[in-house]
Order: sequence, then structure tokens, then C-alpha cells
Amino acid sequence: MNIGNLPFVVAALLVVFGIYTFLFKRNLIKLVIGVSLVETGVNLFLVTLGYRTGGIAPIWTFAPEAERMVLPTPQALTLTSIVIGLATTALLLSFAVFIHRHYGTLDVRKVKELRG
Amino acid sequence: MTALTNHAPVLLIAIPLLGAFAVPLIGKLGRTARNTFVGFIAAITAAFAGLLAASVFGQAGAPSLYVLGGHGFAVPLPSGMSVPIRILLEVDGMGAFMALITALITLTGAFFSFSYWKGRSGGTLFYSLLMLLTAGIFGMELTGDMFNFFVFLEVTSIAACGLIGFRVWLKTSQEAGFKVMALYTLSGLFVLLAVGLLYGQYGGLNIAYLAGALTGSTIDIVALGLLLTGLALKAGAVPLHMWAPDAYGEAPAPMSAVLVANSQASLYGLFRVLFTLFGLTISVAALGWILIVLALLTIFVGVTMALIQNDIKRLIAYGAVSQIGYMLLGVGVGLAVSVAKPDYGFVAMQGGIFHMLNDAACIGLLFFASGAIVRATGTRDLNRMGGLAHSMKWTSVLFLVGAFALAGVPPFNGFASKFLIYEASFKLSPFLAVIAILSSILLLAVFVKVFQAAFLGARQEGLGGEAPMGMMVPMVALALVVVAFGLFPGFFVDRIVTPAVNALWYGREAYIGLVLGGG
Amino acid sequence: MNGISSGFGAWNPIAWALLFLGVLAVGFAVRSLGKKNYKRGTGQTKVFLSGNEEPEDSAALHVRGRHLYWGMVEGLSGYYRRVQALHTGVLNDYAAWFVGVLAVVFVILVLAR
Repeated sequence: MNIGNLPFVVAALLVVFGIYTFLFKRNLIKLVIGVSLVETGVNLFLVTLGYRTGGIAPIWTFAPEAERMVLPTPQALTLTSIVIGLATTALLLSFAVFIHRHYGTLDVRKVKELRG
Repeated sequence: MTALTNHAPVLLIAIPLLGAFAVPLIGKLGRTARNTFVGFIAAITAAFAGLLAASVFGQAGAPSLYVLGGHGFAVPLPSGMSVPIRILLEVDGMGAFMALITALITLTGAFFSFSYWKGRSGGTLFYSLLMLLTAGIFGMELTGDMFNFFVFLEVTSIAACGLIGFRVWLKTSQEAGFKVMALYTLSGLFVLLAVGLLYGQYGGLNIAYLAGALTGSTIDIVALGLLLTGLALKAGAVPLHMWAPDAYGEAPAPMSAVLVANSQASLYGLFRVLFTLFGLTISVAALGWILIVLALLTIFVGVTMALIQNDIKRLIAYGAVSQIGYMLLGVGVGLAVSVAKPDYGFVAMQGGIFHMLNDAACIGLLFFASGAIVRATGTRDLNRMGGLAHSMKWTSVLFLVGAFALAGVPPFNGFASKFLIYEASFKLSPFLAVIAILSSILLLAVFVKVFQAAFLGARQEGLGGEAPMGMMVPMVALALVVVAFGLFPGFFVDRIVTPAVNALWYGREAYIGLVLGGG
Repeated sequence: MNGISSGFGAWNPIAWALLFLGVLAVGFAVRSLGKKNYKRGTGQTKVFLSGNEEPEDSAALHVRGRHLYWGMVEGLSGYYRRVQALHTGVLNDYAAWFVGVLAVVFVILVLAR
């Protein structure tokens, strides 16, 4: 069945939802989830870039007969991006834990001692 | 020596990376061993940066290529075209110039932090993060591959935020760390989205390959918008600057200058994207004027917000934000006229790019002096300091040198670059030069405020003494750079700045031809 | 010899420094024409504060950082009220600025095509 451009649409929707969450939610953990959504959308976009219709996995060993393979480069890009996302999310969450310890709240509208 | 110079681009990234992972091990041997190791790594890195700059400027700023992992990097396609497939580090005049700036700031920052961490614990992990940040900044400045640029961008983001939130017992530093990390990550993801768009459209990640293949299609414009905004956020242009006072203000004193070098590396990335990647395929007049408007906002809002701060480091941070605007102004004027390429465009770019070096040295000096002040008084509040000039004579003189230099008072180096920016932007539109000059005067007012509040007045009791020698030597080194570049600007502009400007202004064909023509 | 030129102007810091030293020398020459015999510690060397007495606690005279430019900040208070209110410190607003600038940049780039 032909899914056409649907993965690109889904990736764009994920990015938009992530930005919406980051713009309008108050809990720090929800902001981290928003960043994670944007990340997921971008990763999905990257993986979809490499897809070729009817292609098989880009592995030469014991490859079945097929006329084309999907591109391997976007898969490498996505893996790198996932790992970067892991480090980023870990750092963000540890900052959130410390903020809760110091301020007693996770509301981003109350964590604004640095302003002006 | 030639073999070392040939490998200098990758060694500049590899040596700090090795240092970053080896420091926790060497730290087990004791404080002296760790400090010696860190100093050694910083010195070796600076030496390699100097070697790289000497070799690149020795061939008049022509780009030189370093292929990671092999000699052949071009794969011929059946159509006859060849596609570059490995990660290439392409260093031209601009990259070598940025490497010099980074080497200067990280070397002095590392040496300043030795005496900063004396008597405190936790320094080992600090040095590890610092060297990771150094490796990331060098990677951003030397790479010729868009995705590699994104990876190093994220490395610097993570290391920088780790350094900002390093002192976990202070509540404001955690808040700053969260805000900065969230914004850096978001902008980095938009940069990745743009890189993905370009890859999907043209099938390559190499900057030279993409530059050769770009047409002005809608996808390119979307990618350009994403790259411009993402990198402008990381550089700290108004109205995307609000993280910058938190970041520079809450980081430990030796690190604020290195964070400014981080922002300048993102600014370099922006220039590389605008001049080399996109070149004249998009409407440079519109782009140039976007940069000019951002620059004017940055200059004015940065300096006016600095005037009302009560925290010394936040104030200097707003000053740093304002100076980024001068660099944007110079290069924006150059970009706006880069179709006709009149002389004043070249001069404007000289001013903007020279200001990157001058600003790095002056802001480094000011942040180090503020670190010495905070150490002596125990507070960052300007309203509680006073009379420090009695006990900290040298620091007050050095602070004055940095403040005058940044505000553009002759004969220091800030005046040399700002003079070029004023004259050239006046030719494009007098309003630009008016705002730039007024803001320089306001910046002088801001630093007069700091000097008066911190140093002048009667001697107060209970305040510490002069900064120790470990803090003094990096400050004196930066002050010597400030004075030397101020007294002999022609020498440095001809040798260092003009090849960098040539690489951006005229060097697009050479940059592309090195990768696509050879192989 | 060394110096930078901007196409319409030139700047030579060595020449400027020599000129500055020359002006300083003239200033010193004028100063040396003044009275050399004065008595220290008497009323001849006291600070003149418009006829007022110099306060004992000179530390209280020190104008703190907050108050040094109050006149200018008062004069620009309209600007400062608005611009400082925009620096809210809330992360959502920072992201809103980011998305806003992104939108404006897209609009300008598409219109300029």
C-alpha cells in the first residue's frame, strides 16, 4: 500500500506539537517532553529521507535479491542525533531535579529569579 | 614539522578531546599533576592553532583540505560527477582566524581557572568539561561538513551548559543551565532540520558539495531561514539573546570568556552558511538587511540593558551581547552589498571580523577582572562593593584597559575595528553609524559605572586583597594583546583579518573547487 | 607606516600616541608654571566642596552602582519599562521570540525571492 508522503507529514506534526508544548506548557518536565517531541520529529524526518520505495536494508551480507536498497547515511545521521538527544535530555532532566530541590516548584513561571 | 602541520586540523580537535577524557584519570594522581596536564594540553592546542594559522595565512588564506580517514574522498558517479564521501575538514582564512581566537581564549581561561579552583574541590570535572568545550569549538570552526558542524554544535551546547550549571549548590545557576540548555537544544534541532532538508534535496552533506549544487528553490529558503535563526540564537542576537546574561553571568568566571568564544563560533557558522554555502543564490540584499536590523537591535538593547544591571557579571554579559551586534553589523553591511562588492563592503567586513578578535580579548579581560573582584569581595552585587582600587591596583588598571578597549577609545584595539565599522556602515546608511557610535559611548558609560561602583571610593573593611599571580598573568597577557593589536592594527589587519575576509567575500569558488575539482 | 585605512579615512595609532604625549607634555609645561611653594596640610590643599565641610565618614560619600546613572534611567524610563518588561525570565516567552523571529525571517525571505 502506498503511504506516499505520510511520514513527512507525521514528522512535521511531531515538530509542531513539540513546539506547541514548549511554548504553552508550564511544568518543566513538560518542556523537556516538548523538546523530546521536536527531536523525535526531526529523527523521523531524517530516517524517512533515506527511504526508497521497495528498498531493502542497506546490508550487503546475505542480501536478498532486490533492485534497490534504502540509503544508509540518514540512518547514521539519525543514530547520532538520537545519542545527542539522550545526552541533552539527561542534562535537562538533571537541571530540572536541581531546580525542584532549590525552588521547590517545577512551574516555569515561578522559576524566574534571573530576569531583566 | 610539515607532517604535524598537515595534521593540525584534526589534532586541534583530537588533543582536547583526549585531554577531556584523560583528566579524570590523571586527577587521581593529585592536583599538581592535573593542573600540569591541563596546562600542557592547553599549550599544545594553542601551539597547533598557531601552526595551522601560520600555514594557512602563509598561503594567503587559500583553503586547505584534511580528509578524515583516507586520501580519496571523491566517488565518481556514472553521470561523470563525483561526490565527496568522507568527512572533510576544510580550513580557509576565516577558519584559521577563528581557531586563533579560540586558542587565545581557552589558553588564558585554562590558566585563569588554576588559581580559581585553588582550595576548592570539583576542579577535575570542570577541566574535563572545559576541554570538551574546546574540542567542540575547534570542531565547529574547522569542519567542512554540515552534519559534522551540527554534531560539534551539540557537543559545545552540552559542555557549555554543564559548565553554566556547574555549581549545583547555587539556585540561579541551575535555572540558567536549564533555560540555556533548552534553548540551545531547540536551536540545534532546527539546524539539524535544515541540514536534513538540504541533504534530502541534494544528496550530500559536504558544505562545498552543497554550495555547488544549491539552486534558490523553496527548500533552500526554508533551510536558510532555519539555519539563520538557529545560529543567531546561539550567537546571542536580540531578540533571541535573553539566555545570554543568564549564561555568562552564572558560569564560573574563567568560563564566561570561553562561552563568549562559543557564541562567536556559532556566529562563524552563520557567516560560513551565508557566504560560502548559500553565496549569491539567494537575495543577499534581504539577508544583509535582516542581519543589519538584528545587529542594530542587539547593539542598542544590549548596551541599554547593561546600564541598569546590579550584578557585575550580568552587566558585562550584556556588554558582550552588545558587541556581537557590532560583528553582525560589519558583516551584514558586507553581505548586503556583496553583489556589487564596493570597497566599503570589504572594509565593513574587515571591521566586523577584526572585532571578533578584539571583543574576545577585551571581554576575556573584563570577565577575568570581574572574577578577581568577586573573589576579593565575595559578592557580585555592585551596590555592595567600593574602594577596591586601594587594594587591587593592578586589577583596576587592567579593568580600565579592557573597558576602554571595548568601548572603542583610542589607541586600543576596539577603536581600530569600530573605526572600520563606523566608516563603512556610514557609507551604506548614516543611521547605522549613528546607532553604533552612540552605543559605544553608552558602553563607556556602563563601564564607568562599574569602575566607579567597584573601584572608586573610600577603602572598605573586610575586602580581600590583590588578585593572585595565577589570575594576574592571563589578564596581563590579554591586556598585552589588546595594546599590541591597538598600536599596530595595520599589521594584524593585513596579515590575519584580510585573508579571513577574502575567504568569505571572494573565496567561495576556491572553497568549492578544492573539494569538487580535486579528489 | 602602519595604520589602517577605511577608504575614506585613516587611523594611525602611533601618530595618535605621539600627539597624545605631545599634548601631555604641553600640559605638564603649563603645570610647571604654577606656584611651587605651598604648605601641605593647611587650608591650601583641602578639597573644595562648594564651601561645605568635608564629612568625616568618607565612605558614605560613595555613590553606589545603582544610583550612578539614575538621571539617565529616569529620562529613558518609558523605554526601560517596556524593554525590561519584555525580559520576563520565563522560558516559554524565550521560545515565543524564537518562533516569532523564525516566522518573520521566512516571510521576508519568501517575499524577497
